[in-house]
Amino acid sequence: MAKNKTILYALILTFTFIAPFAFPNFGTQLATLWLMIIVALTWDMTGGQMGYNSLGNIFFYGTGMYVAALISIGMVYDIGDYTNAAGGGIYEFSDAQYFGGMFLGVLGAGLFCSVTAVVIGTLTFGLRGPYFAIGTLGVAIAAGELVSNWDWVGGGQGIALPVYPGDLDTGKIVFYFLFAAIGVSVFVFVKWLYGTRFGAAINAIRDDEEKADAMGIHTLRYKLYTWAMAAFFVGMAGGVSAFQLIHFEPLESAYQTINLGIFMVVCVLLGGKGTLWGPVVGAILFHVFKEVTWNYLLGWQWVALGALIVVTVVYFQDGVMGWLMHKRPEWFGIRIEEKIAEETK
Amino acid sequence: MDQILGNISLLFEFPIVNLKIVLDGIMIGALFALSAYGLALVWGVMNVKNLAQGDFVISGGYVSWWLVQHGFPALLGVPVAFVVMWGIGWVIYKLVISRVIERDLFTSLLATFGLAIMMAQILNLMFGSDTQSVDLGYETLHFADGLIDVPIAKLIGVLMATTLAACVIIFMKSSRMGQAIRATAQDSRAARVMGIDTEKVYAFTFSLNSAICGAAGAIIVMVWLVQPFYGISYSIRAFVIVTAAGLGNLPGVIAAGLGIGALEQYGAHIFGIGYQQAVAVMLLLLVLLIRLIQQRRNRQVLK
Amino acid sequence: MKKLSVLSAVLAAFTLLFSQGAIAACGEIHLGSAISLTGKYATNGIHAKNGYEYGIQKIKDAGGVMVDGKCYNFKVTYYDDESKGDRGATLAERLISQDKVQFMLGPYSSGMTKAIAPVTEKYKIPMVEAEGASRSLFNKGYKYLFAVLSTSEQYLASAVTLAAEMAEKQGKKASSVKVAIAVENDPFSLDIRAGVSEDAARLGMKVVIDEKLPRDLSDMSAILTKVKLLKPDLLIVSGHSKGAATAVRQIDEQNIKVPMIAITHCEAADVTGKFGDAANDILCSTQWAETLAYKDPLFGSASEYEMGFKKAFTEYKDKKVPYQTAQATAAVYVYKDAFERAGSMDKDKVRDALSATDLMTFYGGIRFSAAGNNIAKPMVLRQIQDGKYNVVAPSAFASHKLNWPRK
Repeated sequence: MAKNKTILYALILTFTFIAPFAFPNFGTQLATLWLMIIVALTWDMTGGQMGYNSLGNIFFYGTGMYVAALISIGMVYDIGDYTNAAGGGIYEFSDAQYFGGMFLGVLGAGLFCSVTAVVIGTLTFGLRGPYFAIGTLGVAIAAGELVSNWDWVGGGQGIALPVYPGDLDTGKIVFYFLFAAIGVSVFVFVKWLYGTRFGAAINAIRDDEEKADAMGIHTLRYKLYTWAMAAFFVGMAGGVSAFQLIHFEPLESAYQTINLGIFMVVCVLLGGKGTLWGPVVGAILFHVFKEVTWNYLLGWQWVALGALIVVTVVYFQDGVMGWLMHKRPEWFGIRIEEKIAEETK
Repeated sequence: MDQILGNISLLFEFPIVNLKIVLDGIMIGALFALSAYGLALVWGVMNVKNLAQGDFVISGGYVSWWLVQHGFPALLGVPVAFVVMWGIGWVIYKLVISRVIERDLFTSLLATFGLAIMMAQILNLMFGSDTQSVDLGYETLHFADGLIDVPIAKLIGVLMATTLAACVIIFMKSSRMGQAIRATAQDSRAARVMGIDTEKVYAFTFSLNSAICGAAGAIIVMVWLVQPFYGISYSIRAFVIVTAAGLGNLPGVIAAGLGIGALEQYGAHIFGIGYQQAVAVMLLLLVLLIRLIQQRRNRQVLK
Repeated sequence: MKKLSVLSAVLAAFTLLFSQGAIAACGEIHLGSAISLTGKYATNGIHAKNGYEYGIQKIKDAGGVMVDGKCYNFKVTYYDDESKGDRGATLAERLISQDKVQFMLGPYSSGMTKAIAPVTEKYKIPMVEAEGASRSLFNKGYKYLFAVLSTSEQYLASAVTLAAEMAEKQGKKASSVKVAIAVENDPFSLDIRAGVSEDAARLGMKVVIDEKLPRDLSDMSAILTKVKLLKPDLLIVSGHSKGAATAVRQIDEQNIKVPMIAITHCEAADVTGKFGDAANDILCSTQWAETLAYKDPLFGSASEYEMGFKKAFTEYKDKKVPYQTAQATAAVYVYKDAFERAGSMDKDKVRDALSATDLMTFYGGIRFSAAGNNIAKPMVLRQIQDGKYNVVAPSAFASHKLNWPRK
């Protein structure tokens, strides 16, 4: 069986590598799929594994976009002048400036978001259940509104970044692999994390925070670390998105609370909350559903999407993985045994 | 910064402006309070956090607007919206809400969010994305050298909102159903044991909430305007108010509603109208923070 | 009722499409457009889409596009960009790489065009757009972007000049004029603000109010109160259709007395139909007016265009045909002309033909600068006088005298 699993992972990795070349026309959609997987997996770190349902993770996505863009611009030009031209004016970036700015920007976005997660978390982790959800949603909405009034970062105009230098088709593949790299890292990271003592601790927080506290787990510290880790990846994904989108603005692309901000939650619920594969499966299903309705149900796509959310939440809350776990417990049983066998090897 | 200081100095230079801001705030706040009261009801009675609250309001507005388009008098819109939205609320309860009561706290939030998306889009498909309003054609009263103006339509709107609130209060206090609702809110199991059909109470409560929102929307369309995608801003305000006032605290809801209306108008005056939404959300965060600190003093958390 | 008429119009359009398709054995030129059918720009997105469809139908009725001796008809693949920039860019890419569209029609609004233009430019796909006026589109060196409309800093700048003229007539200095600006926080309106504040600064005018309207605007009384206190001589409001509707309603309610009020999107918001006399004496900037004396062989004069369009799209029966629709039709017409002159379906040949466009249309002259914006057509300013839109500026086109000060 261990062999089977290795083969499965190898297959998935191979597909990840081949996909953009096999389906060159779907490059952007495939990249977006990875983005959905990243935000779903990281949402599940707090939402599924720790029991804190955040509606504000989109805050890190938007902040990541802005931080990455500002770092890469700020290294070459004065940011105020650049944003004042509102995407006009001739601002040239050399290849070294573009890629250097992108690298540092994306990394900086991740780090900055981690720090903000700790700051915001300190304030909001006293909230529980729906209050935590509403509080974090409030943070994301407020951030979008404030940024859209902040002229130095472009205000409602948003920011226009330089276009990828060189061939656009290559650019598409580059962005795909950037997202895929982050996505694979997140997956490997959480797979490892959930097997450690740390994973057990955050599960304990989910199951009964008071008891976990009484057992001597420093709950606040665990919660902050978890959110900071999630924010790191979301921030980086946001940073890559900024360069991929070229032009973005605060309310609809960066702090898109009622789009991506909610989609990530729906992905997780659809796939199965608190499972390793759930967010991935959910993201894939959701993305396919979304692309299909957007293509064939022009005008009705949002109705279909709302219906999907309602149906998922009301009738199918355990998600695909939860349903499988219920139907085929032996699949999961075997997997757990295997893991133990592997670790004791 | 200069502009903010200039705006503040205007407040002192023309003190009468303060009165106008407060009046404007109270008028919009009365409508916020109505939908917030509905939210407090369903939250308190059946533990459903309805994120589609604002979309019920907007739907009510469209019901009234549709009537006027078909030649009915505008004031009829309020009772008709009440009735129509009652029906829609009942259907939504049967299809969706009845299945999320007493589930995971997060469930109702997400399910109603899905509803909100659907409703907004259906309204858009039915009526288009134009902003719509109903013109009552009444005069506007002017006071203090024309600095304060009170459109009679607004007065009528506030009057209707007050009447509606009063009716609901009397109903909750004195009718059998009102008592049953309050009993269920206190302890649904005990209520069931005492022979109250809680399923019926839930359906009634949710429909009532939807109807109150609908009536509020019908008033809003006479005084301001509606657009299919404006629901979310009314939902946010309802949550701010309920979080600030707490559940089952009607005077608190009304006070918080009026207060938030006024504070928002002040925010819009001082920082600029672009910050109006930000002010509302910041108020929500502030309220949460204050409640959190209060609870922390008692070594408790906000849940 | 509206919904019904929309439905019936769509149905009618469909039947027309099929019945005609069967008779004419023309080829097809495949165009693509991501346009706002939902979201905050949906009103005008639909105006634009109707404009495209009308143009295409008219061209078809007149025998199609003759390229190299063979006739073709336009066919457009639409996607809904939901008024969101990132969505628009993704859809543009999809149109180009999956649907293999070689020629694009623009989306609605400057913001959306801004999001899409880098994509079409990279793929070297010509895009004729009719609804993106922000001048920041035309200083990036784009080679495949062509806009039939005038850039947005011109929208209300002429109102500033007009206010200066009026002040001088009163024996006052132009610099004594106080300006109040309230524009939506989006690329298009911020551009208008830039145009107005530049002109105001040039004339030494003082900007006493400078506010940004939120996107979900439903109440602007806070600004109007300041207007009452600070008494500006010129009030500028721009916020697409909802900004126009809110402004006109509340200006009336609060009894605002400003000698000159200039707004955008009057026709699209149907302010005369909705608010009647309240809209009187307000200045509206427009790209096009059906009273202007422009003419072409296909659509006839500007007023003939308006009548023809109203016949095809009956939901506009009691409204003004907004200029957003007219310019969308003009964009289709520009494509027809370019294809015929290029005599080829090759996108680079068509691009060269587009850049050499020198066309007189019902919508006005169309000639593109090297940057791609139309330099052959001025903006006009109309004043609502007794419920009618009359052109009052610039003086070369003025049919009526300006009513000043506003009552």
